[in-house]
Amino acid sequence: MNEEIKTFTISIYTENNIGLLNRISAIFQRRHINVESLTTSQSEIEGVNRFVIVVNITETQAKKIIGQFEKQVEVIRAYYHTDEETIYQESCMFKIKSGLLFEEPQIQNIIKESNARIVTVNKEFFVLEKSGRRFEIESLRRDLNVFGIMQFVRSGRIAVTKEEMKVTEMLLAFKNQ
Amino acid sequence: MDTKTAKRTQNVANKTERITGSEAIIRCLIEEGVDILYGYPGGAIMPVYDELYKFRNEIHHVLTRHEQGAAHSAQGYARISGKVGVAMATSGPGATNLVTGIADAQIDSTPIVCITGQVFSHLLGSDAFQETDIVGISTPVTKWNHQITKASEIPEVLAKAFYVAKSGRPGPVLIDITKDAQLGELDFKYEKCTGVRSYNPTPKVDIQAVKAAAELINAAKKPMIVWGQGVILGQAENELKAVIEKSGVPAAWTIMGASAIPTSHPLNVGMVGMHGNYAPNKLTNECDVLIAIGMRFDDRVTGDLNTYAKQAKIIHFDIDPAEIDKNVKTDVAVLGDSKESLALLLEELNANNHTEWLEEFKKLYAIELEKVIKDDISPTKEGLTMGEVIKQINSETAGNAAIVSDVGQHQMIACRYSEFNVSKSNITSGGLGTMGFALPAAIGAKMAAPNREVVAIIGDGGYQMNIQELGTIFQQKVPVKIVVLNNEFLGMVRQWQQLFFDKRYASTEMTNPDFVTIAKGYHIEGKRVTKREELADAVKDMIASKDSYFLEVCVEKEDNVFPMIPAGASVSDIRLS
Repeated sequence: MNEEIKTFTISIYTENNIGLLNRISAIFQRRHINVESLTTSQSEIEGVNRFVIVVNITETQAKKIIGQFEKQVEVIRAYYHTDEETIYQESCMFKIKSGLLFEEPQIQNIIKESNARIVTVNKEFFVLEKSGRRFEIESLRRDLNVFGIMQFVRSGRIAVTKEEMKVTEMLLAFKNQ
Repeated sequence: MDTKTAKRTQNVANKTERITGSEAIIRCLIEEGVDILYGYPGGAIMPVYDELYKFRNEIHHVLTRHEQGAAHSAQGYARISGKVGVAMATSGPGATNLVTGIADAQIDSTPIVCITGQVFSHLLGSDAFQETDIVGISTPVTKWNHQITKASEIPEVLAKAFYVAKSGRPGPVLIDITKDAQLGELDFKYEKCTGVRSYNPTPKVDIQAVKAAAELINAAKKPMIVWGQGVILGQAENELKAVIEKSGVPAAWTIMGASAIPTSHPLNVGMVGMHGNYAPNKLTNECDVLIAIGMRFDDRVTGDLNTYAKQAKIIHFDIDPAEIDKNVKTDVAVLGDSKESLALLLEELNANNHTEWLEEFKKLYAIELEKVIKDDISPTKEGLTMGEVIKQINSETAGNAAIVSDVGQHQMIACRYSEFNVSKSNITSGGLGTMGFALPAAIGAKMAAPNREVVAIIGDGGYQMNIQELGTIFQQKVPVKIVVLNNEFLGMVRQWQQLFFDKRYASTEMTNPDFVTIAKGYHIEGKRVTKREELADAVKDMIASKDSYFLEVCVEKEDNVFPMIPAGASVSDIRLS
C-alpha cells in the first residue's frame, strides 16, 4: 500500500477574497502536508485568482485534497498535475558586488551562458535575474557562490498546464443559468 | 464583496430605505424567516441588541447563559426543524465561546449562522479590548465565514450566509461585523441569494451512475444499506423507505441517520458502528454489495479500514464529492441530492426480497438480545440500568419523542434503545462528541418544535458542562424534559480505563452535587430515582408535566456499553462482553 510520493502542481482558481489563503493553507496544515512553494496571482480571467502550489504527496492524497479545495465556497475549481503535464518555471534574483564584474571576468561568461539578465548596476552592486527550471537556477547559484553572493532569492513555481482548464466555460454556464 | 459572483432574486419593486447597519441585520434575519435566535450581548454587538429591542415583537431573542449554549441551542433548533439556526455573540470571548458549537455543526453538517460583533474597523489588528481574530479562528470549522466592515455590505453578505449554510451539504457560517458597520447607514434592499458562481452545492445526479448502482443491487445476493444523516438533510425519508421496501434490502443506520426510518420497520436492522448492533456490524463483512447513503464512513462506523467490507462492492450516494473515496474506495459513486438520486434509483430497482439474508440478521440479533439487550433493558440485577430508563421513556412517549442526547455511555444507550417513529428525532453530537451539547440543544429543539415532546438524556458529566442553561429554561419557560443518568463517573472513559487501562480510574470519578436541589433553585420541578419500583411512575410524571421537568436516575456505577468494536479493530471483531 506504499504509494509513491510525487511532485504535484496544484492549481486553484478562486474568487479574490480575504481569508481564502488561510482556508487553503489550513487544508494542508491539517493533513501535515508541507507546501514546497505557493504563488498566487490574477489568472487569465478578470477577477479570478489562481494559486499555484507545489507539494510532494501521493496521488491519492492529491485527489483527496483537491476535493477539499473544491468544497470551499469561494474556490471555483482545483486541479492537480504532474511535472510532465505542465510547463513550469521559477524565477530568481542575485545581488552581487559590482567590483566582481571587473575583478572576475569569468562572471560575465557565466551570465551570458546561463541566459541570466542584468536588472540594474550601480557602484556597489548589480542585480541578476534568471527564470528557468530549478536545476538551471541551482547551477547558476553554485557557479556564482564561488565569488560571493550578497543576496539570493527564488520565487515559487509558476506553471501552466498542457490541458485546457475550462474555468471560463464554467463561469459562463453560471451566468447563463 | 463582488456582486457579480452571487445570484439574487430580482426584486425591482422593492425601493431602498436609508437605515443603520444594525437595523439592516435584524431586517435581514426577518427576511430569512428567522423567528428565534440565541445569543448573549456585549460591547461590540450592542447596536444590534438595541435593534432587537425595537423588533422584539417580530423576532424572539433568547438569552442563554453562555455563548456555547447559544450555539448548541441554534443547532438543536436546526436539527429538529431543518431550518437555519441563528446564534449571536459579542467580539472576543463571546465569539470564541461559540467555536465549539460551530465545530460541532461543521462535522455534523448542521445549518447555522453565527453573527459576532467586532471592534471598530480602525481598531482591527491593534489588540483592542475584546478584539479577537474570530474569522481566522473559525476558518477551519466553518463552511464559510466573512468579516463585514461596511454597513452597505450587510444585506448581500447575510443573504449569502443563509444560502451557503442551508444549501448542498449544510454547515455553519460565521459573519463577523465591526461596530462601525453596525452604526453606519446604508440604502437597504433585501434580495435572497440563489446562487454563488464559485459554489456548486448540489451536483447533478448522473443517471448512468444510478443505473450502474441499480444493476449491482439487482444482482446482489446479500446487499446491505447503511444510511446516514444525508437522508434526513435531503428530506429523502420516504424515498429511502420505498427503496428499501421495493428491493427488500436490509438497512442499517449511523448515529446521525437514526430516526429517518422507524425503528420498528421490518427491514431496519439497527445501528452500525462502535456500539452499534451486532448483526449489521458483523454482516458488513459478509454482504456482497454495501450501499452507503448520505454517510461518510466515519472511523467510529468502519473500525479498521483495511478489514472493512473488503468482500463487497461499494456504492456510495452522497451530495459532497469530497466524501467519495475519502475513507472507503467506491465501485459506484452517485453524486447529488439524496431525494433525487433515491427517487431515480427506485425506478431502476427490481422488486425483490432477501428473506434468507435477512434471516442472518435475525439470528445475530437473537444472540445480541440474549447476551446484551435483555440485561440492558430488562435487568434482573439490583442496580438500575440506563437501558431500562430509555425503555420506560419509549413506552411513555409511544416512541414519538425527540431524544436529545449528550456524549458518552448514555448517548450510546439512548441511540441503541430509543424507539423512533418520527424523523429528526435523534439529536446528538455525533462527529465532534461534544459533552455539554444536550441541554442547550434540547432548548433549541423544543422551541423550534413546541408541539413535540423533547427529552434530553444526559450523563452526570456532560450535564455539568452546560448546567447553567437551566437558567435559560427557567427564564424562557421551555417545557423540555431533562433526564440525567447518574453513575457518578465519566462512564465511557471509565469503561475504556476498565477495558484497556487495567482499571486505573484516573480522574473519572465524580462527586456530584444534589442535582434536584439545583433544578429546584431554578424553579424546575425535579425528582431523584434510586430504585426500580420508582422508575415507571417517575417517568410518567415527567412526561405528563406541562412544564420543564428534571429527573435524575441513579444508575449502576460501573456498567459497560456493549457490543463494542475496540478502537482500530475490525467490525468483525465486535465484542458482546
